[in-house]
Amino acid sequence: MKASSNLEKVLSSGGFAVTGELGPPKSVDSDLVRKKARLLKGFVDAVNITDNQTAIVRVCSMAASRILLDEGIEPVMQMTCRDRNRLALQSDILGAAALGVKNILCLSGDHMTLGNQPDAKGVYDIDSIQLVRMAAGMRDEGKLLCGEELRNTRKSELLPPRIFIGAAANPFAPPLEFRVLRLAKKIAAGADFIQTQTIFDLNKFKQWFSRIVDVGLHEKVAILGGVMPVKSHKALVYMKKNVAGMAIPDELIQRMEQAPDPREEGVKLCAEIVQQLRDIEGLRGVHISSVEWEKVIPQVVELAGLLPRPAIAQGPSAESPSP
Amino acid sequence: MTLFKSVSRIPYYILLTIEFVFKKLVFRCHMCGQCVLQFTGFTCPMRCPKQLRDGPCGGTRENSHCEVYPERKCIWALIYCRSKLLGRTRKLDVIQFTIDWRLKDTSAWINYVSGRDGQRAFKRNLRRRAALVPLEQ
Repeated sequence: MKASSNLEKVLSSGGFAVTGELGPPKSVDSDLVRKKARLLKGFVDAVNITDNQTAIVRVCSMAASRILLDEGIEPVMQMTCRDRNRLALQSDILGAAALGVKNILCLSGDHMTLGNQPDAKGVYDIDSIQLVRMAAGMRDEGKLLCGEELRNTRKSELLPPRIFIGAAANPFAPPLEFRVLRLAKKIAAGADFIQTQTIFDLNKFKQWFSRIVDVGLHEKVAILGGVMPVKSHKALVYMKKNVAGMAIPDELIQRMEQAPDPREEGVKLCAEIVQQLRDIEGLRGVHISSVEWEKVIPQVVELAGLLPRPAIAQGPSAESPSP
Repeated sequence: MTLFKSVSRIPYYILLTIEFVFKKLVFRCHMCGQCVLQFTGFTCPMRCPKQLRDGPCGGTRENSHCEVYPERKCIWALIYCRSKLLGRTRKLDVIQFTIDWRLKDTSAWINYVSGRDGQRAFKRNLRRRAALVPLEQ
């Protein structure tokens, strides 16, 4: 066990993992985080906490992760290379581990020009693969990027962060052939699990996944397919037009448009995709992200027949200090 | 090594200017001072708005254009395309070392020869190649 996190336990026991996603609020509304977290409790194995997603300022992912831990839910803290240099990233990994966060997800991050502060200076000191390697180096070798060991004094005990390291993969964006190599690089860098971009186009995903299986990468890392319930066909059209790196087939848009109750249809569609993903040999779980619509994640999980979630002792354990 | 240390500043700046003009014209160089052109199909990855040196981000558009500048082609799509043309795709599976920002705006040629751009780190990186992935299908 690298981090003995809930997610790691579920994956290593061969279970089909389910992760959710929670976007921290744009104000100091900690109750909202708690409210959203309680909705997800018992329905997912871990919850991703986004890090200023789409480059819009929000409560920082580490603080929101700690709130989740207090609620007895396991967070996956997302970290982007957009806002922090290697010093800040390393100190955040140490800080998060000290607060009891056991999973992190390493991302490049959406570019700041796409968010609400397009005039900001992007950091991009290191890239996501280097971030994965840095985190893995801290955990496995107990060393910072500069080579210094993680101990307070020369004689004190080596205390590396116990973290389960994730990374992202996009099966749909060109250059498609490169995407397999990029995944291989992330695995070589030390990624333990992979969450993919939201899947709407199952055929395209299966093509990508068969290439992954051909080269045997699915055995080296746990891949979770990303899915998302949508409220209406407009959301799909918007994403197709504006969100880069998404593949959305027209049939889905038509189906959503013709549905009498688009919200219900969106949940049903998402659950169907999850069920089909379950049938894919070698896929280890799903990641259900919902943009400001966390309350339907339990419905999706239930409809897809993924309940009950494996009961593994949860909650802020004795080792994680309470604030 | 000592030879390069003893080179006085004037010839250094002449060389730097020549290098800058040449690489700016040919590669649209960003003068990071630690060239990885030999790994990236002779296409400068620092042209990426996120300055990614290990591969494309997840935001490449369907037409292979950049998520930040929709009118530009994703630099990593170009890198892949050119590496394929030149038969250098094996070079892409190296995990690049982190950038030493102290070397920004210095001569990459001199840094390469003098070893200041982390040759040792480079060799360490070469051993950490990603598992062999047949790219050409």
